[in-house]
Amino acid sequence: MGAPVKYLANVTTLTYAADKCAGCGRCVEVCPQGVFEMRDKRAAIIVRDLCMECGACARNCEFGAISVNAGVGCAAALINSMLTGGEPSCDCGGSGSSCCG
Amino acid sequence: MQMQTLQFVKKAAPPWTAGTINTPAGSVFRLSSDWSRPDYWGMIKSRSGAFRMNYAVAPGLYAVGDPTKDSDVFVTANYKLTFDMLRRELKGMHAWILVLDTKSINVWCAAGKGTFGTDELVNRIAATKLETVVGHRRLILPQLGAVGVNAAEVQKRTGFRISFGPVQAKDIPAYVRAGYKKTIEMRTIRFSMLDRLVLTPMELNPAMKKFPWLAAGILLFFGLEPQGVLFKQAWFGGLPYLVLGLASVLGGAFVTPALLPFIPFRSFAIKGWLVGLLAVFAVHQLLHLPAQGDTMAMIVSYLFFPVMSSYIALQFTGSTTFTGMSGVRKELKIGIPVYIGASVISLLLLIALKIKEWGLL
Ligand code: SF4
Ligand code: SF4
Repeated sequence: MGAPVKYLANVTTLTYAADKCAGCGRCVEVCPQGVFEMRDKRAAIIVRDLCMECGACARNCEFGAISVNAGVGCAAALINSMLTGGEPSCDCGGSGSSCCG
Repeated sequence: MQMQTLQFVKKAAPPWTAGTINTPAGSVFRLSSDWSRPDYWGMIKSRSGAFRMNYAVAPGLYAVGDPTKDSDVFVTANYKLTFDMLRRELKGMHAWILVLDTKSINVWCAAGKGTFGTDELVNRIAATKLETVVGHRRLILPQLGAVGVNAAEVQKRTGFRISFGPVQAKDIPAYVRAGYKKTIEMRTIRFSMLDRLVLTPMELNPAMKKFPWLAAGILLFFGLEPQGVLFKQAWFGGLPYLVLGLASVLGGAFVTPALLPFIPFRSFAIKGWLVGLLAVFAVHQLLHLPAQGDTMAMIVSYLFFPVMSSYIALQFTGSTTFTGMSGVRKELKIGIPVYIGASVISLLLLIALKIKEWGLL
């Protein structure tokens, strides 16, 4: 399949502070959406709208250059959290949810 | 005595192992890298969404081939399907597999929940005495595990340095051959038509489980007459709407996911609505609806069924890999009031329809 499928534009909470970047390349290594690339020994966001807010980059940037409000992009989980007021989480064990194939 | 122990070991050994090997940390099961028929059968069963719970691998250390102190260590989840994929790709290599206890959930989801996480990895390294089994201090994790594992913290606490390997196990041989380097294809998720199709049973299953309720509601509505529930009325009046219901379930749970990139708009709700609209239109054409020029019933079908398809399609965000929380939240914010509104209006129209039919007004 050619280009990745894009989701809604301009909704991701991803932020990146280039001045804190130490150029370790970890974010490029962990991002499953190819959001980051190394440019001149620093990370650069190349396709922001592909970010799916998984949080891998922020968790693994030792230098605190990245932050993102990570969470599950799953309608069932979000509806549940709206109803119960709790944190959205995929109920992987249960049979009801289709999250996490 | 000897015989007895042997028998005991045989009994305890899972069918996908082939003997044991001795390490400084005790004996470790050696895996057979071939897939047996039960393995394939297991893959089909777990894909269809059934039997997922009791399909686990005991956490711990396993051997592939004849690994030595210098061999690579691959970390994985104790979801049997994930484990089996890895085992198959490592065929012909000599390596260690460290299985984390993710409560038999795949890497992606377990990392999101934190069970495939920093603490579990650190504890599992200690429990298996990995530092006595291998001389080096390198671990290879599936890339998607990075959602739950903080590599720097693991290194601080255990001395092991983590490399995040490819997203998919099938790229591991190429990754190793390339000197542990990933191409952009190896580190990004591709979500192909096949990937999506494989997931549709998981969408259809829960939707179809609720379908009998809708069907019962439809039949009851059409059968309801002043003199009681008439079966014949229910069947002939309700049948087209059962077909409409089925078409919108299929539209939302199967057609939309399968044709995702080809349906216009990025929003899943709109995609599902469009497919539902088409499905309703197609059913109307095929069954020559509305039968007696009943425009009110037609309005209800065009109002309700596409919205149902849209709602079901939105559920697919749980299976996709590229929908972020903020995006889905935005869809729900607009979608849910529309869904509720359309359902309430449909219901009111139906009640009005019945009242008119019974000549109460
Ligand atoms: S992980 Fe952080 S420090 Fe490393 S390259 Fe990315 S932004 Fe820079
Ligand atoms: S949150 Fe996930 S998808 Fe978004 S940039 Fe970070 S690693 Fe990539």
